[in-house]
Amino acid sequence: MKKFISRLEPFLYLTPTLTGLLLFSAGAVVISFLMSFTHWEIVSPPEWIGLGNYSSMLHSDLFWKVFGNTFYYTLLSVPLSIALSLALALLVHERVRGIAFFRTAYFLPVVSSTVAVAIVWSWLYHPEIGLINLFLKKALGIEGPKWLSDTDWAMPAMVLMSVWKGLGYNMVIFLAGLQNISEEYYEAARIDGAPAWRRFLNVTLPMLSPTTFFVLIINLIGSFQVFEQTYILTKGGPANATLTLSYYIYQNAFQFFKMGYAASMAYVLFAVILLVTLFQFKLQKKWVFYG
Amino acid sequence: MAKRSAPFLFKRLTKYVFLTLVALLMVGPFLWMLATSLKSAGEMYAFPLRLIPHDVSVGSYGEVIRRMPFLLFVFNSFKIASLATLGQVLSCSLAAYAFARMKFRGKEVIYFVLLATMMIPSQVTMIPVFLIMKFLGWIDTHYALFVPAFFGGAFGTFLLRQFFSTIPQDLEDAAKIDGCGRFRLYWQIFLPLSKPAIATLAVFSFMGYWNDLLNPVIYLSSLEKMTLTVGLATLQGAEGTMLRYNVVMAGAVISVLPVLILYIAAQKWFVRGITMTGLKG
Repeated sequence: MKKFISRLEPFLYLTPTLTGLLLFSAGAVVISFLMSFTHWEIVSPPEWIGLGNYSSMLHSDLFWKVFGNTFYYTLLSVPLSIALSLALALLVHERVRGIAFFRTAYFLPVVSSTVAVAIVWSWLYHPEIGLINLFLKKALGIEGPKWLSDTDWAMPAMVLMSVWKGLGYNMVIFLAGLQNISEEYYEAARIDGAPAWRRFLNVTLPMLSPTTFFVLIINLIGSFQVFEQTYILTKGGPANATLTLSYYIYQNAFQFFKMGYAASMAYVLFAVILLVTLFQFKLQKKWVFYG
Repeated sequence: MAKRSAPFLFKRLTKYVFLTLVALLMVGPFLWMLATSLKSAGEMYAFPLRLIPHDVSVGSYGEVIRRMPFLLFVFNSFKIASLATLGQVLSCSLAAYAFARMKFRGKEVIYFVLLATMMIPSQVTMIPVFLIMKFLGWIDTHYALFVPAFFGGAFGTFLLRQFFSTIPQDLEDAAKIDGCGRFRLYWQIFLPLSKPAIATLAVFSFMGYWNDLLNPVIYLSSLEKMTLTVGLATLQGAEGTMLRYNVVMAGAVISVLPVLILYIAAQKWFVRGITMTGLKG
């Protein structure tokens, strides 16, 4: 009896986690998968339609538009974010007086809610009275675009805000990576007479590549799920120019009540994230250096 | 100290100029938020634009509270974020203890599955979870938002398991010889010794629930139940279109101030949390 209890004991500690796993994550994944094969508008019972949702997705122009938008957002935001946050990390890497203040300042957007931050940016982006266009006009004499209400500029504007918001987070990871690079490598390079830019190319970049890889993966996963920016800044407009997959899934599920269709699109999103991540893991062999 | 050369000083100076310029770009929108919130409706569009209002007015703060139950939103956000954080710390630490210190069948498989759930986008699980909440009658209640936090999470369990594994086995053996049971060991030795890791999990969790928009938007519809994020989004929808941005910005200031204070006070836990998961993950 005592032995039985001691064998059971670990599962007492795990009860909340296992219940959560069954109900809210692993279990939900299975239910969601089954739902993706149904036509279900909540009020009527679900109806099995096989691959119906997936085929209507393939034939929907709007879906392809949304799909393209999501990739466009990712392709613009991820490289920009990585490049800028690495530059920022290099800037704050060296311990100079007052550096802690600057690091703190650069991290502020990360801890603030996307909602609050997006609201300020929508004010900054205002075509006539927003600070950005006023600055462009008064200081540079340029007539700024209509940003969030211009089909060409809405997505770049959204990207710019998201990159700004996430810079501090990536910076901290890069900073930790930089601090892990042994000073010896730089010494050796200096003795060989390598100038600063060569040291950056031949020491910093390769030694930092595992960190860069990690930053790349989490940014990719995050950018495919962009929701809050769309919700506050544009609601997907103008003319669906910023409608992203995650926001479209939310709309279908909770505004149009097309639960089955939403579930099938969520699965497409899941598959895309898995494939892109897997592809990056394959690709890393070519550029990530594990010293 | 030796006198520093002119090129060195020049380099330093450029560095500070750069650091300051970037700081302005990163902090500028917050300053603009604050400045706009302190302006009267008339001064908001006055030219030339001023960072510091001509006459500072807190009128828009009064306006925001009259327009919407903003103080109630603060209370709701605080309640949900605190309860959810408590739930995360309790459930994750229990699981982490089992994973770090107990032997049982299927341990590796369960741990792997748990960590794999980090890859699942919330869009996949949100619909079934919504149906569960509907079944429980929890739509438009706060339960839907904080109760799931009591059922563990991959990030927190991973973080705490890593930390628990560094606690010396000797300490545990000594306590066992003194007749200390498993649960007391967890409660009186592991938890107190893991304060840094728990603090990290707590600040991350609090910030995550405080800033979340997706779940509150799905579940909450009555005004008096809303959190700050949904309330703010609603306020923007109502006032932003009328260009009363000083009122909207006052709401935004109220919503970011608590997390900014939390961040300044608990800064090292934030940085530690990111680097711990980032480099060992």
